[in-house]
Amino acid sequence: MRVLVAMSGGVDSSVAAALLAQRLGPDRVVGATLKLWGGSSDSGCCSVADVEDARRVADQLGLVHHVFNFTAEFEEQVVDPYVRGHAEGRTPNPCIECNRHVKFDRLLERADSLGFDAVATGHHARCQPTPQGRFRLCRGADPHKDQSYVVAMLGQAQLARTLFPVGEMTKLEVRAEARRLGLRTAGKPDSQDVCFIRSDVGRQGFLGDRFALHPGRLVDHRTGDDLGSVDAVELVTVGQRRGMGHGSDGRRRFVTAVDVPGRRVSLGPPEAAHTDTVALHTVTWVDGQPTGLGDAGGPGALAVVAQCSAHGRPVPSTVHRGGDGLLVTFATPQRRIAPGQTVALYDRDHPEAVVGSGIAA
Amino acid sequence: MAGHDAARRAYLDHAATTPMRPDAVEAMLPYLGGHFGNPSGGHHESRRARSAVDEAREQVAACLGADLGEVVFTAGGTEADNLAVTGTWEALSSGPAPPRALVCSAMEHHAVLHTCRALAQRCGVELREVRPDKDGIIDLDELAEACTPEVGLVSVMAVNNEIGTVQPLEAVASMVRAGSPAAAFHTDAVQAVPWLDVATVTAAADLVAVSAHKFGGPKGVGVLVVRYGSRLQPVIHGGGQERERRSGTHNVAGIVAMAAALRATDAERTGVVARAAAQRDRLGDGLLATVDGCSETGRRQDKVAGHLHLRFAGVASEALVVLLDEAGLAVSAGAACSSGAVEVSHVLVSMGLGHDEAASGIRFSLGATTTDEDVDHALAVVPGAVARLRD
Repeated sequence: MRVLVAMSGGVDSSVAAALLAQRLGPDRVVGATLKLWGGSSDSGCCSVADVEDARRVADQLGLVHHVFNFTAEFEEQVVDPYVRGHAEGRTPNPCIECNRHVKFDRLLERADSLGFDAVATGHHARCQPTPQGRFRLCRGADPHKDQSYVVAMLGQAQLARTLFPVGEMTKLEVRAEARRLGLRTAGKPDSQDVCFIRSDVGRQGFLGDRFALHPGRLVDHRTGDDLGSVDAVELVTVGQRRGMGHGSDGRRRFVTAVDVPGRRVSLGPPEAAHTDTVALHTVTWVDGQPTGLGDAGGPGALAVVAQCSAHGRPVPSTVHRGGDGLLVTFATPQRRIAPGQTVALYDRDHPEAVVGSGIAA
Repeated sequence: MAGHDAARRAYLDHAATTPMRPDAVEAMLPYLGGHFGNPSGGHHESRRARSAVDEAREQVAACLGADLGEVVFTAGGTEADNLAVTGTWEALSSGPAPPRALVCSAMEHHAVLHTCRALAQRCGVELREVRPDKDGIIDLDELAEACTPEVGLVSVMAVNNEIGTVQPLEAVASMVRAGSPAAAFHTDAVQAVPWLDVATVTAAADLVAVSAHKFGGPKGVGVLVVRYGSRLQPVIHGGGQERERRSGTHNVAGIVAMAAALRATDAERTGVVARAAAQRDRLGDGLLATVDGCSETGRRQDKVAGHLHLRFAGVASEALVVLLDEAGLAVSAGAACSSGAVEVSHVLVSMGLGHDEAASGIRFSLGATTTDEDVDHALAVVPGAVARLRD
């Protein structure tokens, strides 16, 4: 078995590479760092320091290391939709789109063509073979670092060729292993934020360079009364609380709706910002659509636990077919899900296991 | 891949760098050992080092068709290009009629292209990038238009590093003289040395850059020929070495080895060119005949002997380089950026190729040490690797 391990230059993928090198031997493991961003061919590269870290770790482990240039795919599949989404009042998750279109599509394809049997990444998730010859996708062993949410869109075709070597470990164990092996990435902080937005530019600066941001009115969600203004209606997210102040009753106000063309942001009290349902499109299933899944309002409900953000609390819910995909009904009202956000669905009986995912309409 | 010896490696990336000639290694060893003196000094150790540099300068000058005083040793081709572009510009800018524009070909090596762009941005002047035609030869009509009286510098390479096309430097020089009489004419001749008599082909240029490691010398040493009468400000300031044009203690061992490599290259050039051209043609013809969807970039008769550039339709050259490396063949795809990723070639794009076409190109570059077995190996492994990527 030959494995291509995606090495970002961080500690998780460094340890993933080390574990594979131990298990399979360094001759059967090749490291690859993806160049994803950095503008046109004539400008400098992004995060050369991260590439160097990955390369040095690969050297130390005795692995061949390559850098693949996927900037064109990344721009087309991740950055452009991110920018377009914001311009149209949605809040897409670029990490998920990168996993969907770049890491578990283009990179898998590249690995295939180069004769590798599998691609490994440093995600904290578990991919487990079943006795039936299928694969289950489960939460990572470390509840604080679980990343099953950002890979929840994977299906059997990808899982059959995917390895998550650090999924069984806690972050502390990963760092301890990196230190034990003397890897230079052992103490590197976790990446935060969106990788293609420089912290000194910020989201507003990044998006503002790509389309015109518009000031908008804040209005009461029921009466339409004027409640003030925002600098950029495109940067406001449904469910957002920060910066929205308090109502006359002293309670915090939440964003209940964003109308980009109308330059209006509706605000309301907590109960108005909550909802019982969310409709999903771009639905994926880990192992195919469950048989007997019924239409909204009828029988055939699928009992799940829904997670609506990377570190969101799992919510018992039921799922029906509906709209362009699925209708999720929460057992208890939840903060509204911003359009563009991914909702990951876990098995109610085995809440570790991902069933599928979709994008909030 | 079956059918070939897995341990065998063929190196067909001589345009990236060449193995050092044994005589060049031999020549530099004394200066890495006992002959360690600094040429700028007044004692025995210095004199010995100085005579070595002087002798090397004579040899280099003779090979490049320059006078002793026109040879400026640098730390490589990129530095020589930077000195030519920036040093000329600064000298002319402080003169009575400061120039307002500079011209280079759009297919220059980044050492020239990025230096010109940085200069244009810093000084707020216009950079005119003249495109090549579809075969990779600078468009002389476009060049003639670009060469106006306010131009201070024109830079056109002697041989393109990615596709190997020889540029018509004589015609370029005439256009510069006619349209931009105040301009200096610089040529990056880094890729020319193994294949062409540099003294002849660069005779019309005011400034000529070469790099030792492209012809069997060590990395980190090069030359800028600065013809008498050219105005040049130093870019690196310090002790005033190289007649105040390039400060810094001489890389004595590197300079000596470069001179040895250059002399050997000159002496053997005719034979090497004939052999490499035959090998290159056998490789090119063989691959064009056996691999579907394989096409050649540029016309072969326009190129130096060691260069072959092929495009494999539907294949990502980035992946092909990896597979060929595993199969024991070293070739290159476009230019590597600082992270090691393959960038889509600005040269191919400037010739009018689309993104996907440009991203399917592979450069095979042969050299003085290339054997017929290297070519056999390439002919054996390339078709299979291309087929695998198309599966």
